[in-house]
Amino acid sequence: MDIGIGHYLSVAACLFTLGILGIFLNRKNVIVILMSIELMLLAVNINLVAFSSFMPREGGLTGDLTGQVFALFVLTVAAAEAAIGLAIVVAYFRNRGSIAVDDINMMKG
Amino acid sequence: MSELANISAIAPEIVLAIGAMALLMAGAFSSKTASVSTDQIVETQHESGMIWAGIAVLALACALIFTLPSESQLIFGGALVVDSFSQFMKVLILIAGIGGLILSFDYLEGKGLSKFEYPVLVLLSCAGMLLMVSANDLISLYLALELSSLPLYILAAFHRDNLRSSEAGLKYFVLGALSSGMLLYGASLIYGFTGSTAFSEIAKVPALQDGVLNVGLIFGLVFLLVGLAFKVSAVPFHMWTPDVYEGAPTPVTAFFAAAPKLAAMALLMRVLGGAFSGLSDQWQQIIIFVSIASMVLGAVAAIGQNNIKRMMAYSSIGHVGFALVGVAANSQDGAQATLVYLAIYLAMTLGVFAGILAMRRHDLLVEDIDGLSGLAQNNLPLASGIAILMFSLAGLPPLAGFIGKLYVFSAAIEAGLYPLAIIGVLASVIAAYYYLRVVKVMFFDEPKEKFSPVHGKLSLIMGAAVIFIIGFMVVPSPLVQAATDAAKSLSFLK
Repeated sequence: MDIGIGHYLSVAACLFTLGILGIFLNRKNVIVILMSIELMLLAVNINLVAFSSFMPREGGLTGDLTGQVFALFVLTVAAAEAAIGLAIVVAYFRNRGSIAVDDINMMKG
Repeated sequence: MSELANISAIAPEIVLAIGAMALLMAGAFSSKTASVSTDQIVETQHESGMIWAGIAVLALACALIFTLPSESQLIFGGALVVDSFSQFMKVLILIAGIGGLILSFDYLEGKGLSKFEYPVLVLLSCAGMLLMVSANDLISLYLALELSSLPLYILAAFHRDNLRSSEAGLKYFVLGALSSGMLLYGASLIYGFTGSTAFSEIAKVPALQDGVLNVGLIFGLVFLLVGLAFKVSAVPFHMWTPDVYEGAPTPVTAFFAAAPKLAAMALLMRVLGGAFSGLSDQWQQIIIFVSIASMVLGAVAAIGQNNIKRMMAYSSIGHVGFALVGVAANSQDGAQATLVYLAIYLAMTLGVFAGILAMRRHDLLVEDIDGLSGLAQNNLPLASGIAILMFSLAGLPPLAGFIGKLYVFSAAIEAGLYPLAIIGVLASVIAAYYYLRVVKVMFFDEPKEKFSPVHGKLSLIMGAAVIFIIGFMVVPSPLVQAATDAAKSLSFLK
């Protein structure tokens, strides 16, 4: 069986859904939320690279670099985002003594 | 186009970035010596000097914007676009930044928060927002959005010894990261189904290909809109707003309510009017729904609030709904109406937050609406200033808030969106209840203990806002003319 773009997109869609579910269903730990966010961004990267590699070009060829450049930018920003997220989690833990999701309830949302 | 022309076209952003780095260096190297000999007063003066420097950088960037030519030019291979629309929004964003910094002097000193990072973060965030307004490509859109959001997460948690502030930062971070993930997924689908990340190329791909709807593209558009709706805090993606506004330090809340919303609205208009003008049938339905939901929820949910910052959060959700009415009209007039509305909203927000920051007793900020009771007997100028701002927020004629609403609703009616306009008017009537309640509490309730004297800088901002609101109904033409020119550079249908 040939592995086509549909397979890559399905994997990415599954990972993305898992990431979103991980954010909303998880009741335990903020770190799990950070991991879920990373999962979403990785799903996007799979999407981008798959699209970029299967993108039709003139002359019957495939491939377009824009998507891969985009994926590199996303990786960089994801690293910065994770650093800031962890810093905020540390600041929160110092004040609250816990990072359980159920404990983030000072203000009613 | 030559490199030099590229660089001169984004000179404001470059000034902000270099200014932020210079301030960072100045702060990092000077505070080392200051921390050894902890002379409190000298240090505070030094930190407020940093904020003044931040204001100077923002003002310089603002001045540079006026030197740019007004015709549209694509720079950096079409990644960014500079036109009169971007200039209009950039000036508003920089005014919001300057206002936010001026509001923060005394608050930060009072809370022992005067750290040099504060103006640096505001400058970086403003640089990101200016780039957002200019973005003309999905990659630059995403990078600019993150550059503006990441400093905001830190600013929300800036009072890091305070549980509520760090909780606000955490909530804002998680939901902001979720929204940018959604936006990015949408961007990846749009790239895949159009073959390009440039807005001009995306606009060339028709919605219907051989009679079949391009579902992948529409899917991507929906995800992109979800991400942007989070950033402008439109219903149903508004959950973070009240908590973050309540928990974040008040001057930061003022900045949140003003600048990022303007930038995200500008981005939304650029994306919908530029890249997706061919899919207007699809996005118009979404924007109409989001707009109605925001107006109604903003009006209804604010009624029960007793914390004035939470009330302002719901009020800002409602105002985003009104501004989106103009976008939903999908016309030049609608875009112009939205721009006028956003400018008026900016002035009202900064003024009201100056009022909120002036509500202090014994050096503690009063955040309850009941705390305002009888303010008119104790401090008539402050009470009447807040009252004028509240009347304007409620949209009472003939103040600026009313004229802004008039513009968006008449644009909606011209576009034939009667239900939208009718629901909007009803929502603004409901919303008037809680704005007028603040006025009633101030003027007709039993006076409480006096507030501490109002700082000069707060009166300055509030005075400027009140003058703008009253002045706008006398001479509306400069702002309206600028908004008309700005709207022309967007390619909405009509």
